[in-house]
Amino acid sequence: MKPVSPFLETGTAPQVTIQFDGAPMTVPQGSNLAAALLAAGIRTFRQSPVSGAPRAPHCMMGVCFECLVDIDGVSRQACMVDVSEGLVVNRLAKAEDPDADL
Amino acid sequence: MQTFDVVIVGAGPAGMSAATEAADLGLRVALLDEQLSPGGQIYRGVNGVSAERAKLLGADYAYGKTLTSRLPRDGLAYFDGAVVWAIEDGFCISYTKDAKASVLNADRVVLATGAMERPMPIPGWTLPGVMTAGAGQILMKQSGIVAQNAVLVGTGPLLYLVAAQMIRFGAPPVALVETQTRSDLIRGARYAGGAMRGWRYLRKGLALLAEIKRAGVPRHRAATGIQVEGTDRAEAVRFHADGAEHRIVCDTVFLHHGVVPNTQAARALRVPHFWDDAQACFVPNVDSWGMADVEGLFIAGDGAGIGGAKSAELAGRITALRVAELAGKLAVADRDRKAAPLQAASQTDRAVRPFLNAAYPPYTGALTPDDATIICRCEEITAGDIRRFAKLGCEGPNQTKAFGRVGMGPCQGRYCGLSVTMLLAEAHARTPDDIGYYRIRPPLKPVTLGELAAMSAPDLEGEV
Repeated sequence: MKPVSPFLETGTAPQVTIQFDGAPMTVPQGSNLAAALLAAGIRTFRQSPVSGAPRAPHCMMGVCFECLVDIDGVSRQACMVDVSEGLVVNRLAKAEDPDADL
Repeated sequence: MQTFDVVIVGAGPAGMSAATEAADLGLRVALLDEQLSPGGQIYRGVNGVSAERAKLLGADYAYGKTLTSRLPRDGLAYFDGAVVWAIEDGFCISYTKDAKASVLNADRVVLATGAMERPMPIPGWTLPGVMTAGAGQILMKQSGIVAQNAVLVGTGPLLYLVAAQMIRFGAPPVALVETQTRSDLIRGARYAGGAMRGWRYLRKGLALLAEIKRAGVPRHRAATGIQVEGTDRAEAVRFHADGAEHRIVCDTVFLHHGVVPNTQAARALRVPHFWDDAQACFVPNVDSWGMADVEGLFIAGDGAGIGGAKSAELAGRITALRVAELAGKLAVADRDRKAAPLQAASQTDRAVRPFLNAAYPPYTGALTPDDATIICRCEEITAGDIRRFAKLGCEGPNQTKAFGRVGMGPCQGRYCGLSVTMLLAEAHARTPDDIGYYRIRPPLKPVTLGELAAMSAPDLEGEV
């Protein structure tokens, strides 16, 4: 079931399906990944590698690195990625050092 | 390896205008930008925006299309999605595009890396749901999504613009929690002369305030003791104002207390910076053409000191004139003749700045936060930790890395740098200039081994 999002979507772009944490998710084609996840009701994007505290996008412009997610084994800033059909995205867990692939 | 007369980093107003001007003057220009479409943050996603959404966001945003539409032209190679991670003397510009690292050569470099919002460390600011006001605006611009139950916190014109845009999107903010005081406004009034020269901005600001009032959005002023409450996400904003304690329940908190130059690339190139008291931030030392004390290096736009989008556009063109003159494409007299009207327009455009700086100063509570507040988001270092390091003899930002990994996380100090400088300056009763800033080293952005491995052989051979 789609979680409730605090964000209101106003667009009407065609949808594509991506994989998020192993589950299919439909998002607007070509949309910004961080925005699409927020609109889909995803509140926590990763856990801080220090305390495990939940984190989520903060700046949306590639500066803060809070929206880091795993895409094809590489941690990337979700706010700098556009979605395409079949994109495989996973959350970074505390145990996995987000620096590992940098 | 491709060689250009000038490589411009950043396709916001300054970078786009510098690139088109330089190309028109006969230079071979490369414009690199990490976004997938041009516009920078101020005109983010403007090429993909519907007429309807552009109308909601306003004419100043839609104007960005004028700049992006000028990019396709002879002599200008625009690289979208190109993340620059190293700039070496000479210049060698290393970047990643499409999961492959490459190198460009250029005689000159223009950094047009713009601004970032001044980090606003308050209790609870690391919780999911706490974003910058600029982030809220980017979500509207690029993605057409708007936060439905949000509180805007901080100070400055952007707060009013974002509030008005949210109203037009059909999701008025729950409240504005503003930090500027009556005495700030009185201080600002001293610069009323300049403000009147910038009357267009004042008129726009007043129209936004009227729009916010019409929508019935409550405004709290001179707020102090602001904190975000929540366990695993933002649930409420608590603050003190008008002699009372307030608590506003919300899903999203948008923070904003001004913008500061994004100095990361300039720092890595060892450009000297100085502390600007009026804007409470470091700015690179450049001349009126944007030329830095590093041979062949220029900085144009907000990255050289905050002036806003229009000033940035003018600065890009002014810098391009100087670059063209140095490259032998433009006589000095022609350079000056072309620059004069741009410089005059820039002066007029910037006239409102002293008023804005005085009337909407950064929130004191976030400049020198309480001990428990996290400063370095990546490594979870608090203001109290920094003060403790200072007591133990930590004198400068670089030493804080050894004391507690401050600034060593993925954001590479972008979000804690100014706070660390200010906290150390306070602890040692010294000036920010005296304390200095982090030493920034490449890679400016993460680059993977896979991306390096995909580098083509001629790129690796370089000029050896």
